[in-house]
Amino acid sequence: MKRGVFRRHHSRELPGLNTAALPDLIFTVLFFFMIVTHMRDVDPQVRYQVPQGTELQKLNHKSSVSYIYIGRVTGAPVDSFYIQLNNKLATVDDIKAYVEQERSQMSSEDQPRMTVSIKADRDVPYGIISEVKQALQQSFALKINYSASKK
Amino acid sequence: MPGLNTTSTADISFMLLIFFLVTSSMDSDWGLPRQLPTPEDHTQEQEVVVKKRNALCLTLGANGALLCNGEPLEVADLTKRIEDFVANVHNDPNLPEMSKREVHLMGLCQVSDRHVIMIDVDSLASYDAYFQMQHAIVLGYNNLRNQLAQSRFGRPFAKCNAEQRDAINMVYPQRISEK
Repeated sequence: MKRGVFRRHHSRELPGLNTAALPDLIFTVLFFFMIVTHMRDVDPQVRYQVPQGTELQKLNHKSSVSYIYIGRVTGAPVDSFYIQLNNKLATVDDIKAYVEQERSQMSSEDQPRMTVSIKADRDVPYGIISEVKQALQQSFALKINYSASKK
Repeated sequence: MPGLNTTSTADISFMLLIFFLVTSSMDSDWGLPRQLPTPEDHTQEQEVVVKKRNALCLTLGANGALLCNGEPLEVADLTKRIEDFVANVHNDPNLPEMSKREVHLMGLCQVSDRHVIMIDVDSLASYDAYFQMQHAIVLGYNNLRNQLAQSRFGRPFAKCNAEQRDAINMVYPQRISEK
């Protein structure tokens, strides 16, 4: 008799896995990603392959970095190179306005450490780089960074 | 009352997670940092007379050939050349003058503050050739600074604190002039 009661309480069905904490876990991962990444704000329209080196330094303050892309455009001749600022192709004359605009968007503590990172293709002739550097110099963006990949 | 059904919250947060994964980028940007001179220096065209022994003229031709004081040099050998030039260990009269200076943390020591590396690049030379030249120069300076940091402070330059780095930078300042 007693044995029978005992058997009745023992359910043979396995209880379902409790997934109540799953959303919290996913949210934690989500917040982690939101903090460590930054939104991709530019669509590279030029193709470029940066040079390689070993003595490279990491760019730290992402909010104070502006980018200038120099590379080839699909469809255009192989030996013609274009400058891209923000999301559109531009010329050297636009750099001054671009720097002003980027600087005005930065917070006052980022402004003094403003860095312009030049992401240029290996085959770009130095003349273009030189013109870009002069334009940057004229607009007082004196900290520059030649973007490269680790060898 | 039955509890609110929250089974789909996980799915919703998965959606958000995937959205953020797609739209954000984690790529860290590596590069060679450089400081440009202020535009005033450029317009005044100050003619600084540099003694011949203090100058190292690097010329990069259109085909990527490197000339060092008029003689051809491989980029791979440039680092060594820069080290010899900047450090001038044996006080060679053909290499830059050293001056005795009181340096913080290190006392009186020989400081290489007279040398100038002059760079002239042809506008048709490729960016890669220019970058490799700059890279070789930076590598030369870094080697010297690491040696000094290792002998004085017992650790590589990157591991030194700001004060120690300033002291080392004073002994081996980067003096590069670009046309």
